[in-house]
Amino acid sequence: MGSQGGFYQSKEFLDLVKSIGEARSKAEEDRIVLNEIETLKRRISEPDIPKRKMKEFIIRLVYVEMLGHDASFGYIHAVKMTHDDSLLVKRTGYLAVTLFLNEDHDLIILIVNTIQKDLKSDNYLVVCAALNAVCKLINEETIPAVLPQVVELLGHPKEAVRKKAIMALHRFYHKSPSSVSHLVSNFRKRLCDNDPGVMGATLCPLFDLITTDVNSYKDLVISFVSILKQVAERRLPKAYDYHQMPAPFIQIKLLKILALLGSGDKQASENMYTVVGDIFRKCDSSSNIGNAVLYECICCVSSIYPNPKLLESAADVISRFLKSDSHNLKYMGIDALGRLIKISPEIAEQHQLAVIDCLEDPDDTLKRKTFELLYKMTKSTNVDVIVDRMIDYMISINDSHYKTEIASRCVELAEQFAPSNQWFIQTMNKVFEHAGDLVNIKVAHNLMRLIAEGFGEDDDSADTQLRSSAVESYLRILGEPKLPSVFLQVICWVLGEYGTADGKFSASYITGKLCDVAEAYSNDETVKAYAVTALMKIYAFEIAAGRKIDMLPECQSLIEELLASHSTDLQQRAYELQAVIGLDAHAVECIMPSDASCEDIEVDKSLSFLNGYVQEAIEKGAQPYIPESERSGMLNISNFRNQDHIEASSHGLRFEAYELPKPTVQSSIPPATLASNELVPVPEPVYSRESYQTPMPSVSSDAGSSELKLRLDGVQKKWGRPTYSPATSTVNSTTQKTVNGTTQVDGASSSNSRSRETYDSRKPQVEISPEKQKLAASLFGGSSKAEKRPATGHKTSKASSHTVEKSHVPKSSVEVVSEKRAPVQPPPDLLDLGEPTIASSAPSIDPFKQLEGLLDPTQDASAVNHGSTTVTKSPDIMGLYAETPAGIQDKDDNLLSGLSNLSVTNIPSGTTTTTSMQSSKGPNLKDALEKDALVRQMGVTPSTQNPNLFKDLLG
Amino acid sequence: MIKAVMVMNTQGKPRLAKFYEYLPPEKQQELIRSVFAVLCSRAENVSNFIQAESIFGPDSRLVYKHFATLYFVLVFDSSENELAVLDLIQVFVETLDKCFKNVCELDIVFNYSKIHTILDEIIFGGQVLETSSTEVMKAVEEISKLEAASNSITLIPKSASGWRNR
Repeated sequence: MGSQGGFYQSKEFLDLVKSIGEARSKAEEDRIVLNEIETLKRRISEPDIPKRKMKEFIIRLVYVEMLGHDASFGYIHAVKMTHDDSLLVKRTGYLAVTLFLNEDHDLIILIVNTIQKDLKSDNYLVVCAALNAVCKLINEETIPAVLPQVVELLGHPKEAVRKKAIMALHRFYHKSPSSVSHLVSNFRKRLCDNDPGVMGATLCPLFDLITTDVNSYKDLVISFVSILKQVAERRLPKAYDYHQMPAPFIQIKLLKILALLGSGDKQASENMYTVVGDIFRKCDSSSNIGNAVLYECICCVSSIYPNPKLLESAADVISRFLKSDSHNLKYMGIDALGRLIKISPEIAEQHQLAVIDCLEDPDDTLKRKTFELLYKMTKSTNVDVIVDRMIDYMISINDSHYKTEIASRCVELAEQFAPSNQWFIQTMNKVFEHAGDLVNIKVAHNLMRLIAEGFGEDDDSADTQLRSSAVESYLRILGEPKLPSVFLQVICWVLGEYGTADGKFSASYITGKLCDVAEAYSNDETVKAYAVTALMKIYAFEIAAGRKIDMLPECQSLIEELLASHSTDLQQRAYELQAVIGLDAHAVECIMPSDASCEDIEVDKSLSFLNGYVQEAIEKGAQPYIPESERSGMLNISNFRNQDHIEASSHGLRFEAYELPKPTVQSSIPPATLASNELVPVPEPVYSRESYQTPMPSVSSDAGSSELKLRLDGVQKKWGRPTYSPATSTVNSTTQKTVNGTTQVDGASSSNSRSRETYDSRKPQVEISPEKQKLAASLFGGSSKAEKRPATGHKTSKASSHTVEKSHVPKSSVEVVSEKRAPVQPPPDLLDLGEPTIASSAPSIDPFKQLEGLLDPTQDASAVNHGSTTVTKSPDIMGLYAETPAGIQDKDDNLLSGLSNLSVTNIPSGTTTTTSMQSSKGPNLKDALEKDALVRQMGVTPSTQNPNLFKDLLG
Repeated sequence: MIKAVMVMNTQGKPRLAKFYEYLPPEKQQELIRSVFAVLCSRAENVSNFIQAESIFGPDSRLVYKHFATLYFVLVFDSSENELAVLDLIQVFVETLDKCFKNVCELDIVFNYSKIHTILDEIIFGGQVLETSSTEVMKAVEEISKLEAASNSITLIPKSASGWRNR
């Protein structure tokens, strides 16, 4: 080791480092460091310290600050050192200020001058040190002060200076693009620099520039390609070789740039094919850096206009990565797979087992990356498996950041691809239960809405079933301790709305549960409010149904407590509850119609029903109402003056603002309102019920506020619709044009059967095959079917597997649920039935392109760009997502041809291949892993007191 | 862009910390601590990559390499390639090794300013400047020579040329 004696370090510094190193506790270390700070404070301000000593003090200060202690008292000394003439002292000063200060520090002003002077120095090392400081310490305002010198340095004879000047310019561009926008051409010029180091450095700013504006750099494609070619052909000096690779870092940067330039540009991409292909062939895949270049090639290939040959090489490399024992390579393989899958979805299937291995790997990083991949390849056929996995993982981790992310992904996938509403609700329940406080409140609103709306008009029994299953599941979940607030709100709302709807549970049972909730979470006011409103609903429904209500004692006491609550909201709710209970059945039914949360409230915004009353008042001499638009704002001064005159003449101090509540208060008076407007609640949980107070004489004092709230309701009603419904609606509109009434009915029933399958298809496999194969099949099984859609020959085989699956259906209890799914199903099959042969496939693509667009905008864009050339390609690209329509088509055909189509094979084709793959791969992998582990262990374990770092570096 | 370079030992003591975007010292300490917490929970035989978004904010990745008693950590965004960054660490360590002959933790502690000089030659303002360890060595040697020359009058010759002669 031996070097600690050299390099100008004194014994004091050695002792400091040593004693810190030997400190047994953080407290002891702190004490030593504080001591050191005291010493430094005292000695650094002594007069006439030799320069060498001063340098050491500053280094000690930097060291102290790195350990987390305040060294600000010494900053000024560091600044002073930058003024020194001695190179060593100056460099130390610059080092210290770049570490200590930020660009907005007060002391910067003392340095700018020095930097300016040093940038002009004859000694290139001084210039370099100054450039280093420029990068860190110059902010937007001081850029002009140094910019001319930095630009001048771009032509400096020393390549080290040119390199750094480019980086400094790049930094300026980062901080304030406008300040250097006129100098951007300098980067292009430097690309032709004689020194490869300078050229390589120029690639960094160019990469950033191209990222923001691709089109103005298209002309450089040829240059970049030729540079890359030269690099790959080893035309650079030997010094740039790294582990036998010619300048790999430059290659990587160039490939990144080419990926940007070639994206969606066929012409530009064609220029790149040869050189990228060459690199694929030449790259040494045994070294780490070689693989880095290969990975970058894959990124490039998946970004530029697709070329089948390159895609093939990319797929080969990916399979090599995934089969490797190195976790790093597996990680890169998974990442690359996620990129390539967008272009050629079929390659995922070959690697299904490798992917599942990664999913079960103990390495968290790899696992997360794999989840990312799964997220990208989710479709309606595998959504249940993937989301289940994600939820399991979500439960197992503690990192709240990642938990939030994965929860929101689960929600997103469930909303997009849910095979059935019941599944959706169950999934949401799980997400809420385990990450309830981390998900967006909108998700809860969506869930309530889904339960309330169900499927709308055509299938009431299914809706009822859905709701009662939701109620049952919630009653069960309520037993668990410590539920998240958001979830409790949903539970309370659903119990209030549908708890007694199917007659399974008595009102007293449900109210008891609600009281328990309010009691158990007594410091959460929102939950309490939901619970009280739910109680009110239940009692209202009871009264409306003509049953006598029998309030539980605990409920009674809860309400009494809330009547005196500090929260006005809770108090109001409690009073309202009391008032509602006192009413007769007819009135209650008008206020709280059961299951009407989805009906729209018609709001008569002009309040026309008050016309008579207003007329009467005006006749009696009241001031007419001036609309808000005519009452000009008080902020507008010029208007204010004018108005002041008018108003002064008409009435003294009165401003119109006082008149605002007038009409609304009066609105409560005419009882006719109710009948004429037929108000019905919006699905807004908190305030919807209050709107019914309006016609009630007993609570007329609330009328004003509730009337105002009505407007609020209108606003809140705009919850984002679940993503899948808008998509289907567009599909619907396009298809229905061509379909007549009868086929529509058929279509509905056939889509039912389909959805049942997607939900069920997993079941039979559970029993017959090992877990992993099952997982593989359910994750990837769909993709093989997807790609071959145009081929009619496949129909029979798929149809047969369908019938077998179908035979399972009557036994399963899920049947009903799947029927509920019907309206949400994308119905291209409607079209299909009308014209069951070839012609049907073409129009059915169209709506799904839209769906696809939602999933992958970039791809869609590229497809559009290339117009006619893409046409042949498009079914391939879409394969991943197009699985759904394909499935429906085939199955519909099958339905029509009858159920007589018999077949024995139940296992999807994917599963058989996986078995063989696994058996051939298994033992090798294990051996290799063990060997690898052994080697690593030997290399890493430190053997001596002061182990050689390089042992494992080279070993 | 590279956001930070950290070197810390297996006990979590920072040996070198350089952030390319300014962060107040307290924040730096906090980051170093949370990085160490993640690092020491990693098993032996896993990848060298960590998804660091929960520590460093969106679009940040972390690559680390474990040498004897030291962790070398680089934090960067999506404009860099993980495997390449892993090799960048390698370049850094190779250069250190060339400089110090069998580099060890103590070399890094005692030659604090020199380590910074080396790092500044490799990574400059958050961008990879030079990736050839020979070139870096050349530059660093020249700097030391000139530094020594400018100080030869005030310094004891032996200590000035101490490391250069090796």
